[in-house]
This record gives sequence, C-alpha cells and structure tokens, in this order.
Amino acid sequence: MTIAPKAPRKLSMKQRYQALTRDLDWEPSYVSREEMFPYLEFEGIKIHDWSKWEDPFRLTVDAYCKYQAEKDKRLYAVLDGFAQGQGHLSLTDANYLNAMKIFLQGIAPNEYNAHRNFAYLARHLGGPGPRFAALCQSIDEMRHTQTEVHTLSNYNKYYSGFHNFSQQHDRVWYLSVPKSFFEDALSAGPFEFLIAIGFSFEYLLTNLLFVPFMSGASFNGDLPTMTFGFSAQSDESRHMTLGLEAIKFLLEQDEANVPIVQAWIDKWFWRGYRVTGLVAQMLDYMLPRKVMSWKEAFELYFEQQMMQGLFQDLAFYGITPPRHVEDAIGEKDVLSHQVYWILYQFSHAASFTTSVPNDEHLEWLSKTYPDTFDTYYKPLWDKEKRNIEAGGRHFVRGLPQLCQVCQIPMGFTEPGDPTTICQRESEYNGEKFQTCSNGCQWIFEREPEKYVQAWLPVHQIYQGNCGGPTLPDVLEWYGLQDGDNGEYVGSVDERNWKKWHAETDVNEPEGSDATTNTTA
Amino acid sequence: MTETTTTGTPATPGTPAATRPVGVDIQESETNRAVVEAIEADNPDCAVQHMPGLVRITSPGRLVVNRVTVEDRLGREWETHEFQMAIVSYFGHIQEWDDDEIVIAWDH
Repeated sequence: MTIAPKAPRKLSMKQRYQALTRDLDWEPSYVSREEMFPYLEFEGIKIHDWSKWEDPFRLTVDAYCKYQAEKDKRLYAVLDGFAQGQGHLSLTDANYLNAMKIFLQGIAPNEYNAHRNFAYLARHLGGPGPRFAALCQSIDEMRHTQTEVHTLSNYNKYYSGFHNFSQQHDRVWYLSVPKSFFEDALSAGPFEFLIAIGFSFEYLLTNLLFVPFMSGASFNGDLPTMTFGFSAQSDESRHMTLGLEAIKFLLEQDEANVPIVQAWIDKWFWRGYRVTGLVAQMLDYMLPRKVMSWKEAFELYFEQQMMQGLFQDLAFYGITPPRHVEDAIGEKDVLSHQVYWILYQFSHAASFTTSVPNDEHLEWLSKTYPDTFDTYYKPLWDKEKRNIEAGGRHFVRGLPQLCQVCQIPMGFTEPGDPTTICQRESEYNGEKFQTCSNGCQWIFEREPEKYVQAWLPVHQIYQGNCGGPTLPDVLEWYGLQDGDNGEYVGSVDERNWKKWHAETDVNEPEGSDATTNTTA
Repeated sequence: MTETTTTGTPATPGTPAATRPVGVDIQESETNRAVVEAIEADNPDCAVQHMPGLVRITSPGRLVVNRVTVEDRLGREWETHEFQMAIVSYFGHIQEWDDDEIVIAWDH
C-alpha cells in the first residue's frame, strides 16, 4: 500500500470527479464479479469496458448535496409565501387544479417508483460512473415525490381530489395508464429500464410531460407548482444526460447491442407516448389560460428536437427513429380531443372533474386545430350543450373496453381516419386480446406472456375485485369522496371558488347540491 | 443574436451536426439574467425566445456557456456547477462541462 501524494489545494472538477467517484470503486476479491453483479447478462447486452461511461455533469457527492439543498430552500421559501398569502385564491380558476390532480395521482407515485429502480441500478450496474449517476437520480426522484406531495398538499386544504392520491394510483382506472407503464419498466431488466425510463422517457418525452405542465402553472397563477417543476426539471436535465449517455454507451460497447436497443426504443417510445395522451388533453382542455397546444408542443419538443435533432445523431450508430412514430405524428391533430372526450364521459368515476369547454375555449380549439376540430369534435360538444340545456349532461353508464397494453379505453381512431375506431385483435394461448393501435399491438405480440398478465381495471371490476358490483361500491373502493368527481359546474370546488370570490351567496351551505351524487 | 417569437425553422433531415440546432431552457430569474446575457454574448448566432417562466436559447450546432463571461456580468465568482440551478431542459448532447465552460452540441 502506498500513501497518496499530497493533494493540491484545490482539485479541478475532473480530478474531483475522478477521486470521489471512480477512485472509490474496487475489484471484488472474495466473490466473483458475476456474483457481485448478477443481473448484467440475461438481457443479452454486452459490456466490455465500464470505464468508458462518461458523466458530463461530473457530479460529486459534495456538489450534489450543496446544490440540491439550495434547490429545496428556494422551493420551500416559495411554498411558505404562497400559503401565507392565500395564494390559491389567485389561480385563474379552481378547475385549473384538475390538471394538478392528475399530476399528483398519476406522476408523483411514479417518481417514487423511479427512486426505487434507480436505487437498484445504483447497486447493480457494473461501473462506478453509472452507479453514482443512478444514485444521484434515485435521491432526486425521492425529492421529487416529496416536493410534489408537499407542494400540492397546500391545495388539499381547500380543494377536492387531492386527498387520496396514493391509493387511487393503485386502483382507479385512468391511473392504471401511468401505473402500468411504469411497472412495465420496473419489471424489466436493468438495461431495458435504462432505455425505457432513462432514455425514452427522460430524454425523448420528458419535455412534453414537464415543460407544458410548468408553463401551464406559470400561466395560471400556480406559483408553487411552477417552482417545484423548475426545481425538478433542473434535476431532469441531469437525468436526460444519464439517459443519453446510457444509450450511447450501450451502442458503442458492442454492435450486437444495437438491435436490442432499437427494439427497446421502438417499444418504449410508444409506451411513453401513449401516457403523454394525458398531457395532451391537459394542455388543450384543462388549462383555463392556454400556454401552447398539444400539437405545438409535440412539434417543438418531439418532431423538431428529437426527430430532427437526436435521431440524426443516433443514425451514426445505425439507430432509426422509433417504429410507429409516424402514427404518433399523424395523431397530433386528434389525440387530445379523443382523450378528453373519454375523460369527460367517465369523470363520474374519476378523481377530477370535467366540463364542456366554454365558447371562447371552443373558438381557440377551432383556430388551433383547423383541420380536425370543427369537422369531428365541435359537433360532439354542440350536441352535449343541447343535452345540458335539456337537463342531461351525460356520463357513460357502462364500462369501456381497455387496450391490453396502454390500458386506455379503446377510443383512438385508425391512422388517417378520425371516424373509425382502431381496434386490433391478437390471439395468445387460445385467448383473444384487444389493443388500441398498431403500436400497442406490436408491443403485445412481442411479449404476450408479459401483457396477458395486465391488471385491467375494467376486467377487475367485472371479476368482483373492486369493492362490489355497483358504481357506488367501486367509487367507495376507489376512495372517492363527494366533490372529487363528475361535472365541474356546480361542484363543491366551483361553489367554494365562487364563494371565496364573492360571486354568490356566502351562506350557501357546502355540499348541498353536488351533481356528482346523481350519477352514482 | 436574434429575437424570435416563433419556434424557429425546423432543420431538414440529413442536416450535419455542425448546423443542427441545439438549445437550452433556462429558468427566468434575476441571477439567470446574467447567464442568459453571457450565452448571448458568446454565441452570436443564438436565438432567444421568452416563454412563461423560462427563456429558451437555441443555437446552430453548438452552444457554449463560459464561466468568465458569466462572472463578468454577475460581478462575482460563479462555478459552472451553478448552471444546474438555472437549467430547466436542453436538447443536444452535453459534450463538455468543466471548471471553465459548458458545451452543448450534437456528436454526429
């Protein structure tokens, strides 16, 4: 053993990274490498030299702690100020919070899942560089879960739909979309998870998920969410880098990795893209003050940055754009309308409320989607407005068929034909399985043994696993309370909002005329 | 530097790495104004777009953040790690991040 020479007073960033990350690694002596890292072979990925992994952030544990602490301090200062100043009253409208309810129920629990799986990678990847990067990301994801819950808990004091997000994430039908997406990744091997979440989700799609949410918050008076979002996104940049390094590393290590990685990109692009359908409807329908349309966001963050930027870079390695990407591009004029129409009709069984877009909003939709909205979707809303005038706001009374892969109700249309519902049928072991699209069918048929096990909320209700046979039974099992669900107009949130803004009789008793009960 | 209000002209397929746009989204704040100004000064071809709560800077092929330029505008020491407090998102590849500069560019 030699004594290290006296270190210079201040190491450069590169030297510190080397000393605090790489130099802390060791070769095992009383177990084999295979025993120490048992999960690196079975997916068929070949790694020859883990030291080739680059971490451009050159993050060390001291710098990590220093800057993360600073980020939290800034966030909590904003949260305190917002709470002390009754900031919730300066939102554009209480119905804006429907977007945040979906965020808390659908995303925050998945941040926690990301924390779990990156902790697993921090233990099991074969090199110190990626292990340390995964460790940082694991801690980040825990921070995101906590800050999201803290940020939105302020609204839970005043508004419906926030009180039971964790249980609802595990039980409620639309939340099985993000839940099953993430659990699909959790149940994959370490390298597939890196491509699924690290690359496809964090690099390809994260901007579509986060930036519109945060800009939407900024535009709608939701300072805490905006601050939390930017705080999380600053970590997200590091996560994007990890994802991009992961894919480049795998592709550079062995040519045999290329087809495996390509198939994962094909699968996980479409899996993630289907989840962003929830973001699409949020952007176009749930923000009282609009930031950008889904179509604009998709063109900017996906078509421009990814298709014309990233995939040209990856072409060097023989990687092609994701299979079925043309279907996704072709859907950009119809996606948000189809998803919101589903949510509108089923919000009696959801932990958010929906409403017919007002006239100004309909006009914006017509202008923003000139090729599709007036032809295919405005007539639906016109008809629904007539229903409401006649006293009959409608909810679908039955249960929808769900896609076996993405678990979204089968409401999407054929590529290039917005008037025909797309339904794909596959057979496996003598049983029939339905999928919503070419993408989901391809994913199903590639790994049917995985997707036949899907926990489909509708099937589970019919099998008697969700509290009972009637709607009130199921809603109770979902943990929904009066005011969480149904129509926004006349809801507890709307009545409170009006009361606080003195537009209605202050003495009106709370909860006396909730429309939600009538649907049950 | 050009001020733009649109999302810019999309690159055509097959555009080489040297001209394909890269970019960074920065949170709009008092400190970050100096960072944005420094980027504008060091990247003459960049385009700056203001979006709710953030500033989006794109540049053909390459975008550099120089510590010295930021320090000049900020009037204090600034370590490149601090850029983590500013960045919301980026596209491109972080090619270099050391004590003196951060470089975002496409590799291929």
